[in-house]
Amino acid sequence: MSGDLTTTRPLDTLELMINMGPQHPSTHGVFRMVVWVDGERIVNMEPYIGYLHRGSEKLSEGELYNQVITLFDRLDYVSNFNNELTFCMAIEKLMGVQVPERAQYIRVIMCELNRIASHLLFYGTFGLDVGAMTPIMYGFRDRERIQSIFEAVSGARLMHNYFRVGGLRQDVPSDFRERMERLLPQLEQGVEECDQLLSYNEVFLARTRSIGVLTKEEAIAYGASGPVLRASGVPEDVRVSEPYSVYDRFDFNVPVGKKGDCWDRYYVRVEEMRESLKIIRQVLAQLPDGPIMAAGVRRIIRPPRGEVYVRTENPRGDFGVFLVSDGTDKPYRVKIRPPSFLNLQAMQAMMRNAYVADVVVILGSVDIVLGEVDR
Amino acid sequence: MLNSLKGLGVTLKTMLRKPVTAQYPKEHLPVNRRYMGFPALTWDFQVQEPYCVGCMVCIRNCPTQCMTATLKDNPLHKEGKSTRRKIVDIFEVNLGRCILCEICVEVCNFDAIVMSHEHELSKYERNGNRVDLQALLEMGKQYQEDTGWEPEQAAAPKEGVQA
Repeated sequence: MSGDLTTTRPLDTLELMINMGPQHPSTHGVFRMVVWVDGERIVNMEPYIGYLHRGSEKLSEGELYNQVITLFDRLDYVSNFNNELTFCMAIEKLMGVQVPERAQYIRVIMCELNRIASHLLFYGTFGLDVGAMTPIMYGFRDRERIQSIFEAVSGARLMHNYFRVGGLRQDVPSDFRERMERLLPQLEQGVEECDQLLSYNEVFLARTRSIGVLTKEEAIAYGASGPVLRASGVPEDVRVSEPYSVYDRFDFNVPVGKKGDCWDRYYVRVEEMRESLKIIRQVLAQLPDGPIMAAGVRRIIRPPRGEVYVRTENPRGDFGVFLVSDGTDKPYRVKIRPPSFLNLQAMQAMMRNAYVADVVVILGSVDIVLGEVDR
Repeated sequence: MLNSLKGLGVTLKTMLRKPVTAQYPKEHLPVNRRYMGFPALTWDFQVQEPYCVGCMVCIRNCPTQCMTATLKDNPLHKEGKSTRRKIVDIFEVNLGRCILCEICVEVCNFDAIVMSHEHELSKYERNGNRVDLQALLEMGKQYQEDTGWEPEQAAAPKEGVQA
C-alpha cells in the first residue's frame, strides 16, 4: 500500500551532490568544490580551480626580469618574500652571480618572518574554520607587528618587490636591529599565547583529531609537500635536505606529525613558527656588514641562454621555478611548481569518508592559497 | 576541561592589556619613512621647475603601463636659469593601475620621481585617479616637505638628454 509509513521496506537513499564555492567565505579564496555525500558521509570530492587564473606564467614571458618579480609577489600573496627569493635565485644560478653575505642573511630574516606571518594567518583562519572566533584576533595582532617591520624595510606591507637579482633593493633601515630585538620577544610570547589558546582546547581537539587523515604513503604519492607532508610523518624540508641560500649555517629542527590528521597539520605549523623564530635569532646574531648588491649586475638583466630549476621551502611547501632563458632581457619560459596546487589534490584522499561538517576543517588545514594554485 | 580553562586564562590576561587596534578613519597610524605610496614628481626649489625632463625611462620600465609623458624645450634653459635643456610637458599617471612596485623610482636617472606617502585612493569621479602633472608635483612637494627629501645625485642632469 502506497503511503504507508509503517512499512518495513528499506528506504531508498540517494547520493547527493553539493556544490560549494566559488564565492563561499570559507574556501579561502575563489575555489569551488563539488562534494558527493551519502547521508552525512562524503563519498567523493572534486575540486574545480581556475577562478583566480591570471596567466602569471605567460605574462612573465612578456616582462623584463625585474618586472617579473612583481608578478611573483602576487602568486602566493601571503608569503611574497619566499616567492621573490625563489625567482631571484633561479636567475642568479643561471648567471652565476654570487650574492653578498649580508644580502643573503637579510633575505633569510625576511623569509622566516614571512613564514611566521603566513602561519599566523593560517592559525587565525583555521580557528574560524572550526568555529572559534578568538584566534584570528591573536594571529592578526602578531602578524600586524611583522608587517610593520616589512613596511619599514621594504616600504610595502604586502607586495614588497624587495629582492633583486644579485641582492636587495636597499639596505635595512638603521634601527632594524633594535626593532627586531623588540619584535622577537613579542612574537615568542604571541606564539606561546596562540598555542595555549587553541591547541589543546577540548572542543578543538574533538573537531580536528583523527579528521582528514592522510597517510604517509598517500602524502608521498600525491606529491604533497611542506607542513602537509611533514604532518604525515615525513621529515622532508628543502631547507634541510637541499640547503639553499645560507640555511645550512643555522641550527633548527623539522617538526613532524604522527598521524597526518588535521590537528597534526595545525600543530606542525605552530612548531614551525617556533623554529623560524629560532632561525631569526641566529641570523641576527651572525648578521655581517658589507654590500647588499652583487657587483657587476646590470639594471637590464640578460642571463645567458640556458635553463634552470630552483626549489625552496615556501610556508606551504616545496616551491619551484623552472626558468628558460634565450639570452634576451625577457624570460623565454617560466614554469612555477606551486606547493598548494599539489597539496590541494591530496585533499581528495583526506575527505573520503569524512563527515560533511568536516569539509571546511580539512580544507582549512591544507592551507591553500588560490593565487598560487591558479597562477 | 583544564586546557579550555587555560585558553580562557589567555583571554583574561589579554583583557587587562591595552588594545592594539586603531580606529582607522578617526585615527591614522603613522607610515614608515620608506613607505611606498603613489608615485609623485619632485620639485626643484632652486630653479623652480620639476626635476623631471620627460625622458620616459620610467614609462618604458613600468610593469603595468600606468604612465604617459611628453617633453618640451625648457624655456628656463633659454633664459639661462636652468641646466635642463628639455623639461616635462605632460605627465599623467593612472593611480588605479599603479601597483606601487617602485621600479620607476629605481630606474630614474634624475631623482625626479619618488614614492610619496599618499595612499588613500577613494574618489567620487570614475576617472578621479588619473592625476596630471600639476597634481603629481603637489604630491611631490608635500612629500619633500614632510620628509626633508634630498636628491641623491645633487649634480645637475647631464647635458643633451636623449628624448
